[in-house]
Amino acid sequence: MNVDRRWRISLRVVALGYLAVLLLVPVALVFYRTFEKGIGAFFESITTPAAISALFLTLEVALITVPLNAVFGVLAAMALVRGKFPGKRLLDALIDLPFAISPVVIGLSLLLLYGRTGWFGPWLTEHGIQIIFSLPGIVLATIFVSMPFVVREVAPVLKEVGDEQEQAAATLGASNWQSFWRVTLPSIRWGLAYGVVLSTARAIGEFGAVSVVSGKIAGETETLTLLVEKRFQNFDLAGAYAASALLAVIALATLVFMSVFGSRRAES
Amino acid sequence: MSVALPAKGQRSARAGLPSGGLAMGLSMLWISIIVLLPLAAVVARSLDGGIGDFWDAVTSRQAISALRFTLFVSLGAAAINAVFGTLMAWVLVRDQFRGKAIVNAVIDLPFALPTIVAGLTLLALYGPNSPIGVNVALTKASVLLALLFVTLPFVIRSVQPVLLELDHEMEEAAASLGARPGVIFLRVILPSLLPAILSGAALAFARAVGEFGSVVLISGNVPFDTQVSSVFVYKQIESDNPIGAAAVSVVLLVLSLLVLMAIRGLGAWGSRHER
Repeated sequence: MNVDRRWRISLRVVALGYLAVLLLVPVALVFYRTFEKGIGAFFESITTPAAISALFLTLEVALITVPLNAVFGVLAAMALVRGKFPGKRLLDALIDLPFAISPVVIGLSLLLLYGRTGWFGPWLTEHGIQIIFSLPGIVLATIFVSMPFVVREVAPVLKEVGDEQEQAAATLGASNWQSFWRVTLPSIRWGLAYGVVLSTARAIGEFGAVSVVSGKIAGETETLTLLVEKRFQNFDLAGAYAASALLAVIALATLVFMSVFGSRRAES
Repeated sequence: MSVALPAKGQRSARAGLPSGGLAMGLSMLWISIIVLLPLAAVVARSLDGGIGDFWDAVTSRQAISALRFTLFVSLGAAAINAVFGTLMAWVLVRDQFRGKAIVNAVIDLPFALPTIVAGLTLLALYGPNSPIGVNVALTKASVLLALLFVTLPFVIRSVQPVLLELDHEMEEAAASLGARPGVIFLRVILPSLLPAILSGAALAFARAVGEFGSVVLISGNVPFDTQVSSVFVYKQIESDNPIGAAAVSVVLLVLSLLVLMAIRGLGAWGSRHER
């Protein structure tokens, strides 16, 4: 459409203006507030014992959940694209559930299953296993919220590449396992990488579900996002900004990875 | 033997690894443990005190007020982002300017940024310490602002690919027949984009209804005013009222299911449209 120049420029200004007012200026301001008292104050704030323990817990949770999500994601994508089974549509629909459910409801659901008065509560207490208010609960909540990402990125790629090469490999005598490692996995690797990045970002950034199940014990079950909230509520605004800036840097790195993997995926 | 061998080879070739059945079974098992079992516990607990208690919890004045505000503000956010999202998708696809690739990447920031950081970020600019003197904290507008932030990418990312594939020929034909740009947009482009706009808006709505992290700091969570349903559920958990929390959660769950079904319906409509 040959919209005249004036139209095009004004649409562009409105679009970029909306983006600036809603996204860019607020995020830039947080960085400014973080560093206005110098980079030293920032480093002091993110290297307190509580902050370091929160950072390590957050990374630990991501390191446990993301590989599990990747394995499940590839498996479920294979089932959805290659499988021919009744119940496939059901599986397809169920995978989207975590996207649509409130994180607080997700946290509550784990509380009602593994908590003191939950279904498994008495059995867990009897056997001295603690899930809620400790690491396993945070991991379960994080897996729940970040589960769909890898499936939803890998499935379309798997559909696109088709199964001709896998069939050729099988004809040449490759076992299923060989054909998966040598043929299927290389062809889905950029889609997988993209899904892993999204899943990692969500795992690091999850707040609502973790907030319900973690118990927020400083130095033990406090993740970075929970630290941001706690510092804010304790009127330590500078500290909250510093922890936020750290998380925002991770988010910006995520965007870089997304555009790199996204364009690789589009090329192949 | 000679008959059985090719059949076996063929089957394993089609199924890849692990064979379709195994992958399907393991996926279902995983989803059941991670997602379905916990959700079943919520539904069961909501009915612990009988249907009467469930109804009382869901229809308490505070629960109703939170739910009404949640639906209203989520619809508002979805509608506003439907308009701006379509506009931004158009600019990203049809316009050319320097830095477009960066703008395109930045659109995903709300997906990558933790929600609590999003809330704090908005509070820095539009809160009590605002350098521009705009303070919306503790008002209903602050909730709308937070929801606009977190749901920004949905409509853009849903409309963009459709707009990319859209044929220019019809638009050129309309233009050569003398149609003005506004008319071309309303009569030619918009109908083709509508399924994508609506499914993006539905995703944004679903996300907004459940949103927690970005809202919790800026809204002040004032009951009967700025409290949304997810915060209401959180407060019920904190005050040790699991049945009340579970009952309202069930309402939110049903709402999520309805929206997901609507999105699937829109997807089917959209693919019919392409043909």
